[in-house]
Amino acid sequence: MLGRTLRETLRINMKKEIPALMKPTFVWGRRHSVSVALKQGQITPTELCQRCLSLIKKTKFLNAYITVSEEVALKQAEESEKRYKKGHSLGDLDGIPIAVKDNFSTSGIETTCASNMLKGYVPPYNATVVQKLLDQGALLMGKTNLDEFAMGSGSTDGIFGPVKNPWSYSKQYREKRKQNSHSENEDSNWLITGGSSGGSAAAVSAFTCFAALGSDTGGSTRNPAAHCGVVGLKPSYGLVSRHGLIPLVNSMDVPGILTRCVDDAATVLGVLAGHDPKDSTTIQDPVKPFTLPSLTDVSKLCIGIPKEYLTPELSSEVQSLWSKAANLFESEGAKVTEVSLPHTSYSIVCYHVLCTSEVASNMARFDGLEYGHRCDSDVSTEAMYAATRREGFNDVVRGRILSGNFFLLKENYENYFVKAQKVRRLIANDFVNVFNSGVDVLLTPTTLSEAVPYTEFIKEDNRTRSAQDDIFTQAVNMAVCDQQLLTVAKWFEKQVQFPVIQLQELMDDCLSVFENEKLASVSLK
Amino acid sequence: MAAPMLRWCCPGRRFAFARVGCGSCQRRGPPTGSTSNGKRGQSSVAQQPHITAQKPRKGEPEWAAVVGLEIHAQIASNSKLFSGSQVCFAAPPNSLVSFFDASLPGTLPVLNRRCVEAAVMTGLALDCHINRKSLFDRKHYFYADLPAGYQITQQRLPIAVNGSLAYSVYVGRKPSQMVTRTVRVKQIQLEQDSGKSLHDGLRSQTLIDLNRAGIGLLELVLEPDMSCGEEAATAVRELQLILQALGTSQANMAEGQLRVDANISVHRPGEPLGIRTEVKNLNSARFLAKAIDYEIQRQINELENGGEILNETRSFDFKLGCTVPMRDKEGKQDYRFMPEPNLPPLLLYDSGSLPSGADPQQVINIDQLRERLPELPRVTRQRLVQQYGMLPEHSCVLLNEVGLLEFFQNVVKETRAEPKKVTSWVLNTFLGFLKQQNLAVSESPVTPSALAELLDLLDRKAISAPAAKQVFEELWRNEGKTPAQIVAEKKLELLQDPEALEQLCRSTLEAHPDVVMDLKRGNPRAINKLIGLVRKATLGRADPTAIKEVLERQLSS
Repeated sequence: MLGRTLRETLRINMKKEIPALMKPTFVWGRRHSVSVALKQGQITPTELCQRCLSLIKKTKFLNAYITVSEEVALKQAEESEKRYKKGHSLGDLDGIPIAVKDNFSTSGIETTCASNMLKGYVPPYNATVVQKLLDQGALLMGKTNLDEFAMGSGSTDGIFGPVKNPWSYSKQYREKRKQNSHSENEDSNWLITGGSSGGSAAAVSAFTCFAALGSDTGGSTRNPAAHCGVVGLKPSYGLVSRHGLIPLVNSMDVPGILTRCVDDAATVLGVLAGHDPKDSTTIQDPVKPFTLPSLTDVSKLCIGIPKEYLTPELSSEVQSLWSKAANLFESEGAKVTEVSLPHTSYSIVCYHVLCTSEVASNMARFDGLEYGHRCDSDVSTEAMYAATRREGFNDVVRGRILSGNFFLLKENYENYFVKAQKVRRLIANDFVNVFNSGVDVLLTPTTLSEAVPYTEFIKEDNRTRSAQDDIFTQAVNMAVCDQQLLTVAKWFEKQVQFPVIQLQELMDDCLSVFENEKLASVSLK
Repeated sequence: MAAPMLRWCCPGRRFAFARVGCGSCQRRGPPTGSTSNGKRGQSSVAQQPHITAQKPRKGEPEWAAVVGLEIHAQIASNSKLFSGSQVCFAAPPNSLVSFFDASLPGTLPVLNRRCVEAAVMTGLALDCHINRKSLFDRKHYFYADLPAGYQITQQRLPIAVNGSLAYSVYVGRKPSQMVTRTVRVKQIQLEQDSGKSLHDGLRSQTLIDLNRAGIGLLELVLEPDMSCGEEAATAVRELQLILQALGTSQANMAEGQLRVDANISVHRPGEPLGIRTEVKNLNSARFLAKAIDYEIQRQINELENGGEILNETRSFDFKLGCTVPMRDKEGKQDYRFMPEPNLPPLLLYDSGSLPSGADPQQVINIDQLRERLPELPRVTRQRLVQQYGMLPEHSCVLLNEVGLLEFFQNVVKETRAEPKKVTSWVLNTFLGFLKQQNLAVSESPVTPSALAELLDLLDRKAISAPAAKQVFEELWRNEGKTPAQIVAEKKLELLQDPEALEQLCRSTLEAHPDVVMDLKRGNPRAINKLIGLVRKATLGRADPTAIKEVLERQLSS
């Protein structure tokens, strides 16, 4: 359990880009990356696609996918296969099954945001990140589940129901539960995935795809990644285009990347990063695709441990793992130093004001006129708006719209919105100051505790939970950090040797499809 | 004319010295020339009932009116402010709508460089300070033709501020008594246009056309420095000319490319400003003037009768010629302004601050735009006065009619006739014909070349002035003949044979001894009668001066 929980709680903010040295891989078997297997013809894109499709069916009860785009994926696989036969593969992502959170626009494929408001909405265009993946030959397996409009931290608050954490059905978790209790109802004890990109995290964790897109506004990629034992990367704001990402908070939203290893995250980031003429907030400078070097020496690294993150709510298990991780760095020669992010405690309340304000604004377009749900009432335009929005949004969304509009009222604007903006600047400066003081990387937990059972999770309302769960992840969304780099994470990944989820009992008959390559053996080559 | 009737509108501190002849800008006209001078004169007269009611009470100072304007000018650009959709007037409904214009979720605004340049150029032409950094904001309200539920505008930090607009108004009755007035330009901001709602009352439906949604607008805020409808209309007309000269907006009010809202209040000079009303839906300069003057009078009447003015929005009913309160169900709007998070601050540079190595496509250099500014109307008028020796008011007319200046300049280029002669022909004869038939300059049947040729004939005395008028009438019929052909066909060329003229004069004198007697008795007007008789005999082909010469010689011999 140690390894899993470690990954669950590790988040690394990296300071500067480290030049590319090593070829990235898509991990498939013990010795092979899946991209190598595709290139060598050991497996065809169609076979790979079919295996993932059958795993998606097998794990349907996880509720990770809202839409499975089987036909599209198979057609893409066919195209990919032709390219491989001609020896013209488009790159490492050609033929690789991926999944996309259902708040990214996908041309011709329903995009719902897990909301009644957009049920049945089929966008006419692809989000830039989706298009970039497709241009690389990736296979789109489907659209993954989330909290309605990405508002939540459990992936429990969408109209399609909660997402179940694959680890709930792992050999490891079953054994752990046997030790602790004896008479619990197995079915009600499944764990949440965290959120809001829980569907994407579960999809990657359950091997139904090799990488998935999430979105991260207050922690929505990193939180479920932690709970589902996969790598979750929130690129710096502006590095990856938001065009086509249905917004929660424009000034904080970032497309996130979920993979099973750090190298894969780097490969996907290399494809996605860069200026997009359709998103004016993306960086202007061109980004070269990069691969991660294998770090052997960490003695020149300075690791910062923010003292404010040591809160009373932090579970003792996470706290001890945190210090173990720090000790690991220290024992390998890195300098580990306590740092201060003094405005951390204001972060959540500040986030609440800015987030709800932008939500109120962004949700104004859902009026039932151009697209999406429209109520039956035709008494007047205003009545139609009201009924449409009441029927289309859940309580969480409506609550945020209400408070956001309150903060934006003329009489409140200075006291709330402007103040929150100022605090945001202070928080951002906290990070700038720390990095300017010589710290290369901050080492912090992602969540307060490990994934909790659904029955426990729903005892608190969405707002309270979000405030708790975003506590470590959220501040960095309001800070403009340097480009996050994965080299240190890769080193750490290698050092820790995270255990792999064991789902044999669940998917016994699926194992054969992987040609005796045990699913459990998926790890770095 | 309207000048004495409108005196109440400018008795304030600023205009105590003069009665602004608010009705005397009759040379101003709608761009299409759809209204004749005569009609406009009548419309002023129609205001009289309101105006006679405002005689000041004994011991109380007269009312002063304060007028400010908010003007929306559609930017002349190929594509919209934040999307690549084409901009085109009168396209089929919803044929020019991008995903962004329809506010599809996930779409983002991308600023159109051309619109920014148009705003900067307009700002420079109006002597504004151009902000090196400006910001975009969201203004929220629910309306069916506003798909996103908010409009992107520049509320906190607009692109240009603190400018001024000079315009000329006539004081007194003489057209030559022109004075220049200035209205301060508070700010110019870039913003999106909304779509259009078409209400189908029959089926009680509202149809939405998003072609206009997202077109770039310049919102210009003019400070309340005006005091009557005519001043406001003249200022707007001048702005229209500037925008058209710059090419930043076609500024055609009839097509909605220039829309004006007026803020109006009245107060006693020396007292605080009164409560203001806003009048909307003013789609011509004439209605603007009428609406403002009506509203001023309404407010005065209201106050004099012990009533009070409500801070409300009113619309102008052009059929009834009055303003009426607009039904505003939502009551007071709180627009819940918020920074637009998808657009970084708009940064502008000058030659000094231009970052080295910057991509010229990505930066806008204010100094470069300043160099590219065309001649502004004010300068053009001065040049016309200097270059052609024309009266200032004539230069105004030449600019005010769309295409007239170009027509004039083309005639001048092609003829040997004096510019003054050209001015007179263009402004009197040519413009008169156009007005009579409600035609625009571009619709004229007479080309500049034809008029130039005609003036050449006149200049070398090949035809007389009355004959020239006749030729012009023929040209107007547009039967494809040149002036020379018409002159030949109608035998209009001047009598060139001196002997024939002598003959005709002699026989005229002989045939009218009574008139000759009259002349000899000392009636100076008798000579004119003789000249007329000779001209008649020559079928108008002789020059009156020449006839007079011959007659005088023959009479004295």
